Amino acid sequence: MKRPFILGMLDGRAGIFLAVVLGVAVLVPILNLAVPPTSPFHVPDHQLPLWGKYLCYALLALSIDLIWGYAGILSLGHGAFFALGGYVMGMYLMRQIGTRGVYAHPVLPDFMVFLNWPELPVYWYGFNWFAYALLMIFLVPGALAFVFGWFAFRSRVTGVYFSIISQAMVFALMLAFFRNNFGFGGNNGLTDFKDILGFNVQAPTTRAVLFASSALALAVGFLICQWLVKSKFGKVLISIRDAESRARFLGYRVENYKLLAFVISACLAAVAGALYVPQVGIINPSEFAPANSIEYVIWVAVGGRGTLVGAALGGVVVNFAKTHFTTGALAPYWLFALGGLFIFVTLFMPKGIVGTLSDFFAWARHPKRESSNGAEPVGQRQAAE
Amino acid sequence: MSETPAQLTSALLYLDGVTVSFDGFRALNELSLVVEPGEMRAIIGPNGAGKTTMMDVVTGKTRPDKGEVFFEGHVDLTTLDEAEIANLGIGRKFQKPTVFEHHTVLDNLRLALAGDRRAGFNIFWRESDEERSRIESILKIVRLGDHSNRLAGGLSHGQKQWLEIGMLLAQEPKLLLVDEPAAGMTDAETHQTAELLREINRERTVIVVEHDMTFVRELGVRVTVLHEGSVLAEGSLDQVSADERVIEVYLGR
Repeated sequence: MKRPFILGMLDGRAGIFLAVVLGVAVLVPILNLAVPPTSPFHVPDHQLPLWGKYLCYALLALSIDLIWGYAGILSLGHGAFFALGGYVMGMYLMRQIGTRGVYAHPVLPDFMVFLNWPELPVYWYGFNWFAYALLMIFLVPGALAFVFGWFAFRSRVTGVYFSIISQAMVFALMLAFFRNNFGFGGNNGLTDFKDILGFNVQAPTTRAVLFASSALALAVGFLICQWLVKSKFGKVLISIRDAESRARFLGYRVENYKLLAFVISACLAAVAGALYVPQVGIINPSEFAPANSIEYVIWVAVGGRGTLVGAALGGVVVNFAKTHFTTGALAPYWLFALGGLFIFVTLFMPKGIVGTLSDFFAWARHPKRESSNGAEPVGQRQAAE
Repeated sequence: MSETPAQLTSALLYLDGVTVSFDGFRALNELSLVVEPGEMRAIIGPNGAGKTTMMDVVTGKTRPDKGEVFFEGHVDLTTLDEAEIANLGIGRKFQKPTVFEHHTVLDNLRLALAGDRRAGFNIFWRESDEERSRIESILKIVRLGDHSNRLAGGLSHGQKQWLEIGMLLAQEPKLLLVDEPAAGMTDAETHQTAELLREINRERTVIVVEHDMTFVRELGVRVTVLHEGSVLAEGSLDQVSADERVIEVYLGR
């Protein structure tokens, strides 16, 4: 009972997860850089950005689980925060290109020269500094989440209505970013990056560092989420999810709790986006596509809503499957497979991979006790929502 | 409207001329009600008499179209929302037991315990020994000491009702609004619940809405009969049940 909080926070599952993520952060770059390509333990160069991408997706899924799994807020627009984080990073990377662009303009990115813009728009100022970009990664998506959440939660917009307006938000952003005169490269987005912090983004060492950073960000994001959900704040979130009016009549300002969780979640998604962009080498408006935001929610459902570890796992597993599915003969059937997977999970594994496994282990240990119905924060009822 | 200012200050809860309509239906019609500090009041009435709407008005869920609602003589409840009213010291128990099913009994009480309700504060909250002992004493009062680590969702119906009452106690309200606490309980549980409410009434003002006449008799308190959104009769249970109009309303003509 009186264990130090940091230990109390890390029950078995969380501890294993954290150890694996941190182990991967150290081991994979070593196996890539220090082990010769002839060795069976060598990790090929192309695998690094690929798995780095999966780790970013895992962090994105984690951010969705924080609000969906624990506060019952089903955001179908989380791609907005992910993409905004990505665009902020993209703007920094664009400013690093300098005279190496096609038009060799010292300040303006290529697309601005192409559009005959005489000078840099004010909102592009400052992005040549990494520290400024870093701040903006949190500030821009955080501010959007704050304003959007402020109006939605204060007006008590909940359930499917919230989901719909969050889709509308991400859709509106997509349309805006597709426009050339919006100032973010139109439908081409931002690409052709050269350097990050003075290092070539394509260099194996840079890629290794980016991979390790993604793993570290996932670990830190996981610790933050785990801390939040185990704190009294997190317990209030679960209370709001399960009986919002009861929480209100106990004197909790439900809208403030939701808003804080929503803003934190948006910032985590933004960090994921910011790490994603230098590894895939491009950010364009298709990241704002409403269908993408729905897919993110599917990852969480597959991995196990309300388990954190499950969400991260879902992000990796579904995307790993996607990579292999969409590159072979099965490519045309990927969307059917994804849809089928979602239906299967909803019908037969409403608690997702991790929820189902932990139920199984609980049952294996104490077969006589009723299943841990409720020990996992999310039961069958919510998973079907 | 004829209340004198002296009554305004002494009453814990004061409703005057409160009217609430939903789509033309008058759920409350010029309802006036005064509850003194320390009192326990039972409110009875047929379905649709306005009992629940009255509670909604007091707890800030529904804004009245007309009328005054004052708490402790000076706080205008019609301008506040649910959380503000709860933090003033008005607790509410729903008709259907509403507890946090995915939390343990202990956590349910922890969350209800009077204290700082701010989101930022609760990220860093740690339980103090004093809070712990207050929870222990509430567990004893609501007879759930042996179930403290069970999930609330696994409790029986009656135990959930008690847990919810325990949560109200933990909130340390001055006024408790209790909606049909004996609904769906066994006779023994009903008896224990009456006992529990009397115990709570020693320190706090209680308003009980109830259908069950044997339960109201057991409480042995002043009764207000609501009918079509206003007060039909008030007095002891024997007095009101002898009232011609009450008999007519309850038994039909």
